[in-house]
Amino acid sequence: MSLRLKNRIVDYSLAFIVLIAVFVCLAPFLYILSQSLSSNRAIVSQAVTIYPIDFNIEAYKVVFGDSGMLYSLFYTVVLAVVFVFIALTVTILSAYPLTKKRLKGRNFLLLVMLFTMYFSGGLIPDYLNVKNLNLLNTPWALILPGMMSVYYMIILKSFFQNLPDSLEEAAYLDGCNDLQILLKIVLPLSKPALATISLLYAVFRWNYFQDALFYITDQDLYTIQLKLYNVINVSQQMAGENINVNLPSEALKAASIMFGTVPILLAYPWLQRYFVSGIMIGSVKG
Amino acid sequence: MWLMKAMNNSAALEKRKTIENPLKRKKGFEYYIKRDFLLYLMLCIPVAYIVLFKYAPMYGIQIAFKDYNIFQGAGKSPWNDFATFKQIFSSLQFYQVVRNTLVLNGLDLIVGFPAPILLALLINELIWTKFKKVSQTILYLPHFLSWVIIGGIVAQLLSPTGMINSLITHMGGEPLPFLTNKYAWVATYAFIGVWQNAGWGTILYLAAMTGIDRQLYEAADVDGSGRLGKIWYVTLPGIRPTIVILLILQLGNIMAINFDRPFNVQNNLVMDFGDVISTYVYRVGIQSANFSVGAAVGLFQSVICLIFLLTSNFISRKLGDNGIW
Repeated sequence: MSLRLKNRIVDYSLAFIVLIAVFVCLAPFLYILSQSLSSNRAIVSQAVTIYPIDFNIEAYKVVFGDSGMLYSLFYTVVLAVVFVFIALTVTILSAYPLTKKRLKGRNFLLLVMLFTMYFSGGLIPDYLNVKNLNLLNTPWALILPGMMSVYYMIILKSFFQNLPDSLEEAAYLDGCNDLQILLKIVLPLSKPALATISLLYAVFRWNYFQDALFYITDQDLYTIQLKLYNVINVSQQMAGENINVNLPSEALKAASIMFGTVPILLAYPWLQRYFVSGIMIGSVKG
Repeated sequence: MWLMKAMNNSAALEKRKTIENPLKRKKGFEYYIKRDFLLYLMLCIPVAYIVLFKYAPMYGIQIAFKDYNIFQGAGKSPWNDFATFKQIFSSLQFYQVVRNTLVLNGLDLIVGFPAPILLALLINELIWTKFKKVSQTILYLPHFLSWVIIGGIVAQLLSPTGMINSLITHMGGEPLPFLTNKYAWVATYAFIGVWQNAGWGTILYLAAMTGIDRQLYEAADVDGSGRLGKIWYVTLPGIRPTIVILLILQLGNIMAINFDRPFNVQNNLVMDFGDVISTYVYRVGIQSANFSVGAAVGLFQSVICLIFLLTSNFISRKLGDNGIW
């Protein structure tokens, strides 16, 4: 009996530790959420912790009233959709032919692609390349330079390779050419992998900040991340230079952060499931 | 009739099989192009992408060895006898950003690497499936946030007037300079890494744990070992290959540092420790338009990264038989 009791106590203490970890994960969000719903006075007096004080939604009214913010959100969604469409197409067009062992030059092409995972020009040559191609300050600067991840391509390729050969052979005997086999046999069988790769690309495009900072200076083309960066950091930059600038209040900053987080939270149930399967496919064969 | 068709089919299949064996007969290049025309056509776009956006910048690396002039372009600018490299190797700031990169990555290795292992061991011991599932889902969440958002959250949470410091002062303590003192900032940087990645990092370990043979646990029961004994003698050895491979891969990336994380977490007060190679290249190369210096620092980093990565990959392939890759 004492052993069972001891085990029970251990079980509950372990669960308690995990519960603390979960709380540490969530507490920052609760804090930001309650800040965004509190009055500025309460925030400045440091009374706000994980529940709102002087509940109000003024900050959200300002954020949603800022057409620039909504525009950035909408623009980034469109950008991400276009990016996913292009990136997925290019990735398939690369992964499928490279599964064919009979293809001459296959190993050479694979080597050429894999090498770019180990060595790259670096930030400045990349920047000058985009500049030379006249892509600076266009949405294409955020689409074309990243339109295929060699790593995701390899993941998709190993998924294709695990499909049974016999199906493709049967289609070939029925007179299908390689394109028809790809469209009618391989892609319909690969829907889970394609969904995973699409979401990986979508989250990358949604969260990635560096290229927008480097390549975009035109405010109309700011992605949501760049826009948020400016809202969050504007007070620190401007405080020294110009006292008269209307500084965003803490509540406003918090509301902006929530504004940028909610789209990810809405998509989270799907993201989580497919990302976990993505990491598993990727680890089977790198 | 059907027999003829079947024979035709099998003949066609046979033909294709022989084609697949290149040793049988030497064929001309045009033959392969013609046979796999569609496949080559598909590859055109990805290959063009790789050339245009991956290899073209490599051609641009030469500006590290040149006095780069925007109007003359990379090709026509004059060579400068390694003047750029002499300049960066004699600048203290260069050594500082290299040191910071190594220190922050090293800290991620010491603190950030074991965290998911410990968390996975904890989660694996939970007996309530529902509770386990829900906690995992929540613990994965920070992985999906952008560094801009995490930077914003951190600034609000850890500032001298943020929640943590309010709680500390409420309890009668002194506010801690999480973001304003450079030594404290380094610890903050490492903790943010743990917060963002510990949950997500458990996935591979938990998968490895489910692969451990149940009989080993039963045998351990018979031998009378307790829970800790089972963790130490069964679970940990079971996930050892995963640990080793992931450790080697992370060691291979010790010189590589992304841009978004340090850039969004650093601030002007902690630049002595917070400025790393990527953010330095951005400030010098793009903000000050000193392209040659930026390219040279980047090349230095790329070459060292390449050496580390090739070595670590070589080692992990040597261990490949009991690894996960």
